[in-house]
Amino acid sequence: MSEPRVAVRKTYKLYIGGAFPRSESGRSYPVSGPGGEVVHVAQASRKDLRDAVVAARSASVKWSAMTAYNRGQILYRIAEMLEGRREQFAGYAGVAEVDAAIDRWVHYAGWADKYSQVAGGTNPVSGPYFTFSLPEPTGVVGVLAPQQSSLLGLVSVLAPVLTTGNTAVVVAAQNRPLPAVTLAEVLGTSDLPGGVVNLLTGFTAELAPWLAAHRDVNALDLTGAAPGVRASLQAAAADNVKRVYVPSDDDWTAAPGLSRLNAFVETKTVWHPIGV
Amino acid sequence: MSPTFDYAPAPESRDIARLQPSYQIFVDGAFRDGTGDAVKSINPADEEPLAEVTEAGPSDVDDAVRAARRAFEGPWSAMSGAERGKYLFRIARAIQERSRELAVLESLDNGKPIKESRDVDVPLAAAHFFYYAGWADKLAYAGYGPDPRPIGVCGQVIPWNFPLLMAAWKLAPALACGNTAVLKPAETTPLSALVLAEIIAEADLPPGVVNVLAGGPAVGQAIVAHDGIDKIAFTGSTEVGKIIQRTVAGTGKKLTLELGGKAANIVFEDAPLDQAVEGIVNGIFFNQGQVCCAGSRLLVQESIEDELITALQRRLATLRVGHPLDKNTDVGAINSAAQLARIRELSEVGEAEGARRWSPPCELPDRGFWFAPTLFTGVSQASRIAQEEIFGPVLSVLTFRTPDEAVAKANNTPYGLSAGVWTEKGSRILSMANRLRAGVVWANTFNRFDPTAPFGGYKESGFGREGGRHGLAGYLDV
Amino acid sequence: MSAPATSELARDDATLRRFLHGLPGVDQVGAEARAASLATRSIKTTSKAWAIDTAIGMVDLTTLEGSDTPGKVRSLCAKAVRPDPSDPSVPPVAAVCVYPDLVATAVDALNGASVQVASVATAFPSGRASLPTKLRDVRDAVAAGATEIDMVIDRGAFLAGRWLQVFEEIVATKAECGDAHLKVILETGELATLDNVRRASWLALLAGADFIKTSTGKISPAATPPVALVMLEAVRDFASANGDIVGGRIGDLRGVKLAGGIRAAKEAVRYLVMVNEVAGEEWLTPKLFRFGASSLLNDLLLQRHKLATGAYDGPDYVTVD
Repeated sequence: MSEPRVAVRKTYKLYIGGAFPRSESGRSYPVSGPGGEVVHVAQASRKDLRDAVVAARSASVKWSAMTAYNRGQILYRIAEMLEGRREQFAGYAGVAEVDAAIDRWVHYAGWADKYSQVAGGTNPVSGPYFTFSLPEPTGVVGVLAPQQSSLLGLVSVLAPVLTTGNTAVVVAAQNRPLPAVTLAEVLGTSDLPGGVVNLLTGFTAELAPWLAAHRDVNALDLTGAAPGVRASLQAAAADNVKRVYVPSDDDWTAAPGLSRLNAFVETKTVWHPIGV
Repeated sequence: MSPTFDYAPAPESRDIARLQPSYQIFVDGAFRDGTGDAVKSINPADEEPLAEVTEAGPSDVDDAVRAARRAFEGPWSAMSGAERGKYLFRIARAIQERSRELAVLESLDNGKPIKESRDVDVPLAAAHFFYYAGWADKLAYAGYGPDPRPIGVCGQVIPWNFPLLMAAWKLAPALACGNTAVLKPAETTPLSALVLAEIIAEADLPPGVVNVLAGGPAVGQAIVAHDGIDKIAFTGSTEVGKIIQRTVAGTGKKLTLELGGKAANIVFEDAPLDQAVEGIVNGIFFNQGQVCCAGSRLLVQESIEDELITALQRRLATLRVGHPLDKNTDVGAINSAAQLARIRELSEVGEAEGARRWSPPCELPDRGFWFAPTLFTGVSQASRIAQEEIFGPVLSVLTFRTPDEAVAKANNTPYGLSAGVWTEKGSRILSMANRLRAGVVWANTFNRFDPTAPFGGYKESGFGREGGRHGLAGYLDV
Repeated sequence: MSAPATSELARDDATLRRFLHGLPGVDQVGAEARAASLATRSIKTTSKAWAIDTAIGMVDLTTLEGSDTPGKVRSLCAKAVRPDPSDPSVPPVAAVCVYPDLVATAVDALNGASVQVASVATAFPSGRASLPTKLRDVRDAVAAGATEIDMVIDRGAFLAGRWLQVFEEIVATKAECGDAHLKVILETGELATLDNVRRASWLALLAGADFIKTSTGKISPAATPPVALVMLEAVRDFASANGDIVGGRIGDLRGVKLAGGIRAAKEAVRYLVMVNEVAGEEWLTPKLFRFGASSLLNDLLLQRHKLATGAYDGPDYVTVD
């Protein structure tokens, strides 16, 4: 008589600098797995967050220097890898949400090599000067992922950050972290350079203040922050004049528009005389 | 004298092209024999037949246009931009996967060096599909209003100089905007477009969205004149472009044209000389000079003429003219006997007009259509070889003294497709760019193409732009 | 183009600057594109075999470590003379390259073989010492039997615009060399721009350098294709500025040495293609072109084995030096 096969259970770890470490604090916390079972995920500490910011900063040099075409190719490859794991993700979020998430990722991959044509242009100044204004990535963006929509919402806040050439430190949905960890595995197999995305699972209330106050983070997306703490996070962000994105609504199924692309770019204007 | 470092033959394998004995046209999602003549497509490097193609007849044209109309009014219009885009991403990725096969096929059918089809034609073709795939669901942001609509059924006629790439330039934006298409590759180079049709079929594009018809001028005329066509896109000679413009006059059909050129490559005395030499060489010998935007006139500032010509001649002696499938070949075969005859005729005109003719020593094969890279110095603006498009590896050299004179000579032509400017001075680059009546100005570079950058001409070089956000305009009802 | 007489130029910094800044600029993107295009040449079968053997004959087999000992240098010299003990048809390298205090050991170990003894000098690698000290360094090396001297320019002086000082130091070093030939290391990685590489190349050639050399090998980046391109253009243009290159005698031509970071035979072959198509076939000789390298030699030998036997090789089949 054949015995039931013993399954190999997954360990859910952080994603920092292209590697999958446990929290340096050694802590973990329980959440519900896809079959209702209890799984333990890493509980990231402020030191993990600090390391993630270092990784994101280091990766930002290479990521922002790539051609937009190359970034678009890598982002499209991520969509290919997501499609390959459709069933796995459906176990967390349902097929409809998974399909929407993959399509949303494809949407943002397609922005990489055309956003600057929409957001930039030449300025018809009144003088013999050629001037143009271009969007450039702001640098390292700290993202508090939405607490409820753990896949479509996560993709909707992360993809636009990457498409515009930024790197990210993401704090995943506290009670629904598994799609984020699986997404990290997708990123790890998609030719995405290590450190471009760093994903931390843990307690939002513990990690958010450190992210908001970190002086080597250029911008902050407050989506996953509870409304009551947003003001204090914005105040902390003022310390190095971070660009803070405060979301207005949570309808992830609506067309995303440009606001999340516009939120994390700097506009550079260049002048040059025209003459012989 | 045998060279010290003699490069041994480095042939790319012909088998990789997976040549079939015959190729069929693609109508309403299926391959079939055309009702026109069966024609052999030959390899211009040795005049040997490559494959047979049955050309389209009038009923095929009619079937194709009707299929495109059904697809446009049916599934294709109903589909969201996001879904349309995913089909285009599939096509882009498939071109990347089959890139080596397509490159070898293109070199066999066209005569261009494998180095060019591998490094330029095929990657750019994939990139065009990739770029426009991303626009399909973002048309609201393209600057044409909140909900720009497609035009309908597009008739697209493309030339033989970049067969696959021109097919990509036409199909990608048309489909991204929600149109359907009937595409006709050139008579001498049908094969890569028919393999692209295979890729499109494997991508499961709904039947009729793209139709590919092989054939000559008669098929092209039939497409242009067909009542079921809403928009025509043509790349080819100015002469034929004018015929098409006359044909559609008063019909309400939309039209974009990308025609000939006689570009000036302007080299100032403060140019980065070694790179200017590279730009000149690339400008006129890339694709054997068979390029609409070729830098076929070198306008060199008189003070550095001797130095530049000496450097240019030294550089031309390292150009390798040879078999297109040899990886070390820089200059391949001319596409057809007709084109070769024209190049020879105009070169004789150049000599007769008194210009000094020079070519580096090179051994040309006996079979096939071959022409040595050629330089004419002492050319004046009034000579035919400074005015007429030769479309071959022939450079006419003129001089100028001042920036104003350079601009005047550069603009003194009915054409206006491209121009080159070589100088280390930024303000001069911008001043020249402002004043040159050309749709593309390359400064300190030449022959740079990218799907994001609009390309097209002024004056008799045509109208409309391909590439970039502007490239959508030709395929939207705006 | 005709170069003015060196004596006219070497009047002061300003005159040198006007000449060197008057040379055509180098467009970085264009230069990189040309270098990349030359790298697509496919060198196979007989031409590959020729290129590998030619490259071997152009290697300056190098050891320049603080930990060098006579034993290390003797081992290096044995390998220089007979790179592959199992195959006497492998040509010897062009030279060994060592520090001045090991020159005597090298001369002794080579025992009259065709391999030259090159010595670094002038406070290599930094060049930060007084001129008398630097010249003494050269004198010692020459006295010990070095037939080639690889000096470093004062990059600090170059970047600070004291070009006449750089020029005069090269002239003085050349005078100390006697019959030894002089290679001038520009340390292109510190010069940072291709325009600077062009100007430093011309400066060294005008001052009498027999060879211009890219790097000390102690910093990165060292030799790169665009840098090599610009230096090959410099020796080509310098030759035609000083006389007719066609049928020119080798004595009128100056050489280029690429050093640092060249480990693969494939890279060496690409550089030979560049020499061939940019400078010209006159430069395809160890008299005018060298690779300063250590591990490159073994990769050349591995590629030689593969061409001969058809099978890929491994490190067990080439000797450590």
